[in-house]
Amino acid sequence: MIPLSWYLTLAAGVFCIGLYGVLARKNAVAILMGIELMLNAVNINLVAFWRYLTPGNASGQMFAIIVFAVAAAEAAVGLALIISIYRRRNTVIAEDIDLMKW
Amino acid sequence: MTAMQIIFLITGAILLAASTMVVTARNLVHAALWLIASLFTVAILFALLEAGFLAAVQVVLYIGAIAILIIFAIMLTRRVMQDSGPQTNTQWWLGGLIALALFGALWFILPSVVYPLANASVPDNSLKTLGFALVDMNQYALPFEVASVLLLVALIGSIVVAGDRK
Repeated sequence: MIPLSWYLTLAAGVFCIGLYGVLARKNAVAILMGIELMLNAVNINLVAFWRYLTPGNASGQMFAIIVFAVAAAEAAVGLALIISIYRRRNTVIAEDIDLMKW
Repeated sequence: MTAMQIIFLITGAILLAASTMVVTARNLVHAALWLIASLFTVAILFALLEAGFLAAVQVVLYIGAIAILIIFAIMLTRRVMQDSGPQTNTQWWLGGLIALALFGALWFILPSVVYPLANASVPDNSLKTLGFALVDMNQYALPFEVASVLLLVALIGSIVVAGDRK
């Protein structure tokens, strides 16, 4: 059997790589890809806890399914916003999108 | 070392390598392809955790829908975003430092937490249990409906936001 701590360590690593991508990338689409990585790391954790703590219960998988739905909604709305900004301002670089900055 | 552990280690190594390529690749289309690779290894991890339904949903929904949507967005916005030059902002080192610090903190905390491990196996009808839990009023029918309303709102919202106004 694979120890639970292996899954947690791997998920922590993927989450931190995704966090680096969100903080360091210039392109807004690349930032969204970093967010997808972070959501996936969280999902690994949720499913691992379900398997090792309450495998007879549906709650752990339910959490993961809700995360799937929210991730799909987030990707659709985020990419729509990026395409809309690209149409109006001709840029997808996060630093140049400063319409609401004083 | 059992066979499962060896499979886990190989999958985990591929996942970490692919994720690193996602955040460092200069060409965004390559980054999206690496994202598909890492999403697929996550599906393998779900299969290792005996969550077969989630592994299938991961492939269908993440790779089939979200990754393709991201590739479309990259191709629609490609003209101004040339692949030459640095793809990171000026504070990339600070972001790396924060990510490393977070990983260090998690690594430090991990051994000190004791989880109430169940040591049980997954019942044969776990998919049936999940399906009934989704529509049972006393369990997760309400979150399920809220998730579907959220998806509908996101669908309409993204059409309105991205739609071409004349």
